[in-house]
Amino acid sequence: MKDNTIICRCSDLTLQDLRDLINKGYTSFDEIKRISRIGMGPCQGRTCMQMVLKELSIATGKPIAELAPGTFRPPVKAIKLGEIAKHALKGGELIHD
Amino acid sequence: MIKSADVVIIGGGISGVAIAYNLLKKGVKDVVVLEKNYLASAATGRCGAGIRQQWGTEMNCKLTKYSCEFFENAQEELQYDGDIEFKQGGYLILSSTEKEHEQFKKNIALQNSLGINSKLLNLDEAKEIVPFLNTEGLISATFHQKDGHLNPFHATQAYADAAKRLGAHIYTFTEVTDIMVEAGKIKGVRTTKGDISTNVVVNAAGGYSQLIGNMVGLELPVFSERHQILVTEAVEPILDPMVMSFSLNLYCQQVPHGGFIMGRGDAGEPRDLRITSGWHFLEEMTKTITKVLPPLREVRFLRQWAGLYNMTPDRQPIYGPVDEVEGFYLAIGYSGHGFMLAPATGLIIAESILGEETSLPANELHLNRFKSGNLIFEPSVV
Repeated sequence: MKDNTIICRCSDLTLQDLRDLINKGYTSFDEIKRISRIGMGPCQGRTCMQMVLKELSIATGKPIAELAPGTFRPPVKAIKLGEIAKHALKGGELIHD
Repeated sequence: MIKSADVVIIGGGISGVAIAYNLLKKGVKDVVVLEKNYLASAATGRCGAGIRQQWGTEMNCKLTKYSCEFFENAQEELQYDGDIEFKQGGYLILSSTEKEHEQFKKNIALQNSLGINSKLLNLDEAKEIVPFLNTEGLISATFHQKDGHLNPFHATQAYADAAKRLGAHIYTFTEVTDIMVEAGKIKGVRTTKGDISTNVVVNAAGGYSQLIGNMVGLELPVFSERHQILVTEAVEPILDPMVMSFSLNLYCQQVPHGGFIMGRGDAGEPRDLRITSGWHFLEEMTKTITKVLPPLREVRFLRQWAGLYNMTPDRQPIYGPVDEVEGFYLAIGYSGHGFMLAPATGLIIAESILGEETSLPANELHLNRFKSGNLIFEPSVV
């Protein structure tokens, strides 16, 4: 893979950017996310996280299974604030079929 | 890991690294910061990172004015190679009750007397700042251009990098498991990576400060409370100021990257250390924000998360030494505004440890105020 390969499509980070951060001493997905915005965009890490973990695994020598992925938080898919508000104004909370 | 230190600071949030930086700048040699996770991993990295000088007590106006002026020059003073993203788009604070409007008048008079150039605005003037503001149900607003917000991760990193250049020992992924006290004096700390002997420990553990207090046998008058927050997709810049309201229970900002970050409190939160996400917050938040700032109806939210407010009975921090244990200092209980106080915290605690005259008016924030009943009445706190 070339170093200018885009790892994070949401925030335009390349493999080189990622390796530079790892060389600076960041050793977890969450640290790299907070300092670089990797995983903060519309994909919420669903595209980039595995690649970041793979690079971290190579750099630290730890298997991916031992590396902490980021926390998964709602929503699963981006949704308009107005849609949630509309639902909430109708009474909200749980929808029972 | 270093075996002994002059000062050990527990907590790698912005308070901890700001205290370390100030101590080192004043010539203290071995300063250790212990962080159980990574820097800014808890309250600091989860907060809205706003800073305002629009407060209702002289003390808070002075502390936040100092902090704001520090952040204006932080990029140079801390020689940070990243960007702390200090956006001074102002705070537009909305009133929706007569009582609040009356309080605003008093606040503005106080702030102006202290050199803070805030203004009381009518709703037309408020709409000049945020043209799409829905003024229905609102009475007035106050505005101060120098207020704003920062990137909390980079602001913390900037302090940490500067502290490291001065010789700080910052250990991340290192948890404090006990504090050694002999004859009422601090002797050292025990961590998951080994022991460090020291005569001075600073509790800057944010939402976990009560647990650190327990390690020296203190029951601190604080508890932690979950506060939730969400972020949207990045869109074109349309909102300059932080919009907030005490009575409507909201704050909302558009960060330089383009996303909106917004939050609100919930009186029904349990007092524990949970930081899970809840649906109720989302409903209340979206209802409120889409009413006040209608264009946000069309913006997609990407993520919600939560962090802990470390609450005190008067919602003001606790600073300084304690009578019971010599060498134990507190920098805790920020009740939701610790980030904006961090530069002041760093200076106040460093001066306190060195026994210097305090250059900021923080004496009344001592733990003893709860024993003597001298609580602080701050009308403009979330």
